Amino acid sequence: MKEGFEAEQHERLLHLQLSPQNPQPSTKMQTSNAVTHHTANQPHHQSKQNGPHFRIAPKPAQAVGSAPPIIMSTSGLKKSYRKAQVTIPVLRGVDFSIPAGQITAIAGQSGSGKTTLLHLLATLDSPDQGEIHLHGKRIDNLPTQARDRLRNETLGMIFQFYHLLPELTTLENVLTPVMIGQSVLKYWKNRHVNLERAKTLLDLVGLSHRLEHKPRELSGGEMQRAAIARSLICSPQLLLADEPTGNLDRQTGREILDTLRTLNEQENLTIVMVTHDLEIARQADRLVQLVEGRVEEARTTTGG
Amino acid sequence: MYKLILSWRYLRTRYIALASIISVTLGVATMIVVNSVMAGFSHEKHQRLHGILSDLVVESMGLDGIYDHEILQAEIHKILGDELKGLTTVVHIPAMLSYKVRGEYVPHQISLIGIDAKTHAEVSDFSRFLLHPENRQKLSFALHENGYDTHDVESGREVARRPQLKDAGWVYRRHRAVHERHQKQSQQTRQSESKNPTSFDNAAQHEGSADTTASIPENPYLAASTTEERFFDPLKEQHAGVILGISIASVRHRSTQGQVEDYFLCLPGDDVNISFPTAGTPPDFGTGQFTVVDFYESKMNEYDSTFAFVPLHQLQKLRGMIDPATGSAAVTSIQIKLHEGANLQAACERLRERFPAREFPYRIRTWQEMQGPLLSAVRMETVILNILLFMIIAVAGFGILATFFMIVVEKTRDIGILKSLGAPGRGVMSIFLSYGLSLGAVGSGVGMILGLLFVHFINQIATGLEWLSGREMFDPTVYYFQEIPTIINPWTVSWIVIGAVVIAMMASVMPALRAAKLHPVEALRYE
Repeated sequence: MKEGFEAEQHERLLHLQLSPQNPQPSTKMQTSNAVTHHTANQPHHQSKQNGPHFRIAPKPAQAVGSAPPIIMSTSGLKKSYRKAQVTIPVLRGVDFSIPAGQITAIAGQSGSGKTTLLHLLATLDSPDQGEIHLHGKRIDNLPTQARDRLRNETLGMIFQFYHLLPELTTLENVLTPVMIGQSVLKYWKNRHVNLERAKTLLDLVGLSHRLEHKPRELSGGEMQRAAIARSLICSPQLLLADEPTGNLDRQTGREILDTLRTLNEQENLTIVMVTHDLEIARQADRLVQLVEGRVEEARTTTGG
Repeated sequence: MYKLILSWRYLRTRYIALASIISVTLGVATMIVVNSVMAGFSHEKHQRLHGILSDLVVESMGLDGIYDHEILQAEIHKILGDELKGLTTVVHIPAMLSYKVRGEYVPHQISLIGIDAKTHAEVSDFSRFLLHPENRQKLSFALHENGYDTHDVESGREVARRPQLKDAGWVYRRHRAVHERHQKQSQQTRQSESKNPTSFDNAAQHEGSADTTASIPENPYLAASTTEERFFDPLKEQHAGVILGISIASVRHRSTQGQVEDYFLCLPGDDVNISFPTAGTPPDFGTGQFTVVDFYESKMNEYDSTFAFVPLHQLQKLRGMIDPATGSAAVTSIQIKLHEGANLQAACERLRERFPAREFPYRIRTWQEMQGPLLSAVRMETVILNILLFMIIAVAGFGILATFFMIVVEKTRDIGILKSLGAPGRGVMSIFLSYGLSLGAVGSGVGMILGLLFVHFINQIATGLEWLSGREMFDPTVYYFQEIPTIINPWTVSWIVIGAVVIAMMASVMPALRAAKLHPVEALRYE
């Protein structure tokens, strides 16, 4: 059964690689249908209970000759883990770049090193070799404090298992990065502004009715949307998403992707999304495919 | 900000922390209660001891005493200057006291103290411990008609009844004298009858010879006293007065009704014999008869069972301490009282410097030095108890340590989340440190309140326990106090509370460090 699933995945991958200009017409049909009901100008008031139904549609193509600037790039990234006496290489030299304002999907099978790569991009871990540059500045060798600040101010992260703090309410969870980044005094001074922003973001993801709820009182989709709101509170330049739909059913996963796409379109937010689901991956603007710790192929899926 | 919120939420939601809080609470409350009670006891003991003893004592090492004590007193005045409040001269010697109970002599080893009734009250609270209200006002060695306290009242509560003291004094003495006279007469009658046992009828014929028999002393060795007796009428006269320590003359017991009573083997109005070493080299054996005029009850068993006070001049006369040529009398010690706040030790050192032991046969000591072993034992007890009780808080600290490690393990993923959001290691660390601080603060705060409440209501609690167990917590036949003395020292309470908070903080340092050092990726992957 597993072999059958993998074979199907492989076939999809092949199809994606072979026909990048025409990805999944049926899906596109569905999503474009959705547009007629939920446009960006007609936001989430209707969808407060079920989450926002933003359209997931490819971004308008870049004008010819104006390639988007590169926000982040890696060169020769290597990372291996040591278990007892055995060294397991996970990344074997990864080179790729992330264009600003686009959704980049990092796809690959389990064990291909996609999550490790995302952790390296997020400065949660350091590579054994290679470099990571953000806006042309090397970030992998920054001191711990600078990396902490970078994660807090410049990067946003969402995870497969949402990773909300169970002791805090949804609103507090969203405010956590601000609390981390600001001193008690500064936070207290800006509390009204911070609170307003958190509420606006929660409203944006359709959770304004869940402000005082604890994560255990939320559904999976709601938790992920709260995590998205949290990742946006500090206005990051880059959103790193680790299997954002991996723990959700197809419909909810689609809603989350809609949300991400809307953010990308409206806020011009650069998103890097790790996924093993090629159906999701090929909806991104750019696809980086990892196979056994190497970039098998990195290409633009739409409009590029 | 997130640190405060998270540590507060952890405190509220982690019930396992409650165990740590309870152990800190109990430790702090116990320490406060024990320290307050110990301080109460210690203060009570100090107060009683200090009330009994003067501040400083210059003692003669020999039994003959100090003859030129007026010069010595003048010198002391000069040395101590304004610090001196008062001084008195005393003759303090070991002696043996005996009194007759149902025809048998009961002996007691005592400390016989000759005091000057006028000046003794200046140096100690001696009068406060007497049983006759007039003696408490103004000390006198004259027997009172009656009016001795018939109840032992401590802090407004009756500790023991003393029904025998109702008529003690001259009332009792006259009654006893009449009774003894009758007894003597009937004894003489019986003796005269026994001399001629052949016929009862002859008894009348021999009645006249009874007077002759009476003139023969009971004890030919006490010729002097019998000679005196010829001129002494116990119905109207008393010997020199003696104030006895109450335990020399009484036994505390519980009556058949369960009431605590003091049974007196001799009462004010009774005569006692006191034997003592006389002055002179080598010392001889002197004896004197005294009339009990009052009792001395300091509630310190050591003193109540050994002290007997007699007029100074009388004792000097009996011991041969008065120089017949000059008329000056010797004393064995000079007791000194200093003004409040004076430095006892420094004053003592000044006196020692002036009268060094190699040149003067005087022993100069403060009252604390005289009671050194007792006071140091109390101090040592307090220290040891504090160490042992602090162990309780230390155990609570280990409890916190274990709990915190568990919480850190439980919260590993949260730590990973915080780090992924940019929280620095020290920020994560301070969550757990402030959590430890909150645990310590809440635990010791509640402990402090509980401890203080316990101390405040300690006597009611003791009464409750008595009611529950059906046994008296402090049996008045054993203990002299009726209420548990307590003193709350704010400094001690502060130190206990601060100590507990510091221990809780220290216990949380290791887990907090562990949390701070967690690798974010490993923490995020933690299942």
